[in-house]
Amino acid sequence: MARFLIKRILIMIPLMLGITFISFIAMSLVPGNFVSNLALDPHISPQVIKQMEAEFGLDQPLMVRYLRWLWQVMHLNFGISIAYRVNVTNLIAERAVNTVLLSLASMVFSWALAIPIGIIVAVRQNSLIDRGLSFFSFLGMSVPAFFLAFLAMDFALWSGVFPVGGTFSPDYAALDAWSKVADRVNHLILPTLVLGVAGVASLMRLMRSQILEIKNSEFVRTARAKGLPERTVLYKHVLRNALNPFVTMAGYGLADLLGGAALVETVMNLQGLGLLLLGAVRSLDVPLVMGSVLMGTILLLVGNLLADIALVAVDPRVDFSTLASQ
Amino acid sequence: MSALPKPIDHARAGLETSPGANSRLRKLGHAAREEWKGAPYTVRISVACLLVFYLFAAASPTIAPYDPTQQYRNLPDCPPMRLHLAPPSEWTHGLLYAYPMTMADAMARRFAEDRGHRIWIRFFHRGHLFTTDSPTEPYFMLGSENLGRDLFSRIVYGARVSMCIGLVGVFISFSLGITIGAFSGLMGGMTDNLIMRWCEIEMSLPSFYFLLALAAVIPSGMSTVATFFMIVAIMAFISWAGFARVIRGMAASVRSAPFVDAGRALGASRTRLLVVHVIPTVLGFAAVNASLSIPGYILGESSLSLLGLGIQEPAASWGNLLSQAMDPQNIEHYPWVLIPGIFISIAVMAFNFLGDYMRDRLDPGSLR
Repeated sequence: MARFLIKRILIMIPLMLGITFISFIAMSLVPGNFVSNLALDPHISPQVIKQMEAEFGLDQPLMVRYLRWLWQVMHLNFGISIAYRVNVTNLIAERAVNTVLLSLASMVFSWALAIPIGIIVAVRQNSLIDRGLSFFSFLGMSVPAFFLAFLAMDFALWSGVFPVGGTFSPDYAALDAWSKVADRVNHLILPTLVLGVAGVASLMRLMRSQILEIKNSEFVRTARAKGLPERTVLYKHVLRNALNPFVTMAGYGLADLLGGAALVETVMNLQGLGLLLLGAVRSLDVPLVMGSVLMGTILLLVGNLLADIALVAVDPRVDFSTLASQ
Repeated sequence: MSALPKPIDHARAGLETSPGANSRLRKLGHAAREEWKGAPYTVRISVACLLVFYLFAAASPTIAPYDPTQQYRNLPDCPPMRLHLAPPSEWTHGLLYAYPMTMADAMARRFAEDRGHRIWIRFFHRGHLFTTDSPTEPYFMLGSENLGRDLFSRIVYGARVSMCIGLVGVFISFSLGITIGAFSGLMGGMTDNLIMRWCEIEMSLPSFYFLLALAAVIPSGMSTVATFFMIVAIMAFISWAGFARVIRGMAASVRSAPFVDAGRALGASRTRLLVVHVIPTVLGFAAVNASLSIPGYILGESSLSLLGLGIQEPAASWGNLLSQAMDPQNIEHYPWVLIPGIFISIAVMAFNFLGDYMRDRLDPGSLR
């Protein structure tokens, strides 16, 4: 276990270096910087601009800037957002909560729906219900999340039941603790559904194909031959084995979930990491972009790591030594 | 799809070929017909939709009734116009007509039909598939957008970006993936190890965040074609790694297969083994994978353009046409701004159906 953890964490280091360096280069390829946008404003004197450039080190060459940034990050200092004038760490922590909540909620939603539906559909293979739900799963997989988000916004406008986008109500600060939670939850419901639909569709298909594959295997035949009731065969033998790839999916599906969340956040104006990153990219707020990209990468890598650990816990055939040698 | 597809009757297909210059072509045509007959309706409809969309892209100036940048300033956010069928007595005049729209309430941009006057729809007129008598009196099949440009014409032109991005992107990541994957499998050892570690790094990127960060590079003043290729390049850069990994794995496993051993025993060179035995085996899988990864490109481009980081106005892509829907007020008052999203969904679904069916056809053993 320790060896495995050390190896995985060691792999993360070049990964993060690579990702941050490429992002840094990309940001520096854009003509101009945050301050040069301000320079267009005649009310701001050239001296102030120079002063700001020096303050944020924007007058330095690329490598110097990157190494400076890296040095700061190693001291857990992500710098100060140029646009917000706030510590990047605080800003990201505040926003990441929303993104993580949204991603986890939609994951729980899609699992809770996809697994039972997948079982039903696989047990009644080729029935009307199977064909119908398979078609809908294709539909769910194909309609882009942002399009669903538009429809959800329209629904919210039309029905008035749910808030039309946003993270919390305008009177959020005045609410008591429980109402605050309720308000947050109320704002998360529609985004969760929107983000979860594609998950339901693809996970249901995975569940179905898994069950169908395992149903024909020898150990299931043995279980039946022993005279076990069909229920026991299905839930104890088939299902436990069919769930394995889901554990892996939970970690590796995070990338899609984060990406999807970024779009849904933007459309539904939910103050998450994606929306923050988009704003930062647009205004060339380099420290904020770098922080968000790094944060997204860390979320993803930790998710993958947790998924691998969970896989060891669930599947006796997999242990840390086989995972480490992969 | 759940039902297993019927295998093609190759014997019958073979019997009907006659020796001749175009017999191969006829054989191919016959095989295609058989394939079409064996395919389920969902796949046939998907193929038909994709053909229509690619026709949009190839012949946009003819299919679009108007210039996509032509602004009808008195008709912004005009709803789709209803078509009316003329009574048979007037068929010498024309078959279909619509009533022109006039602004009834300029503040709310509400329109009313002007019943006193008709706009006749002309087919194969002035070089368009269908259009109206005069270009100053437009017929908006799917309404107009906020600058008074015809939405349908813009969708037709937008197909050029949205439908081609997948093909170009897959072509790039495909060639990169196959070359690097095969190279890696062939070299083995340290090189192989390094390349595969790099692929793993690329695969564990938070791709959309990365895409956003990289899209910032695209300067806003660049031409549409340049922007298009920048977007494709960025997405292909992110996605080739997964391809390369799988291709490498397949090439490695096929290399020790009995039929390759047989080829080797007969004295085939390494290149010949690779070209004649290994690559054709991998190609079927690669085709399925390509078809299933096209939607990713379409969605990636639409998302970027939607967020204003991709294809810029006045050029049209389905993503940037949909960006008008970013304001919920627009969806409420002008619901037709959502129509480009329906086109995106149909294209993505068609590729999914097609890819899934191809996978079943090539590998009937798996029930996925």
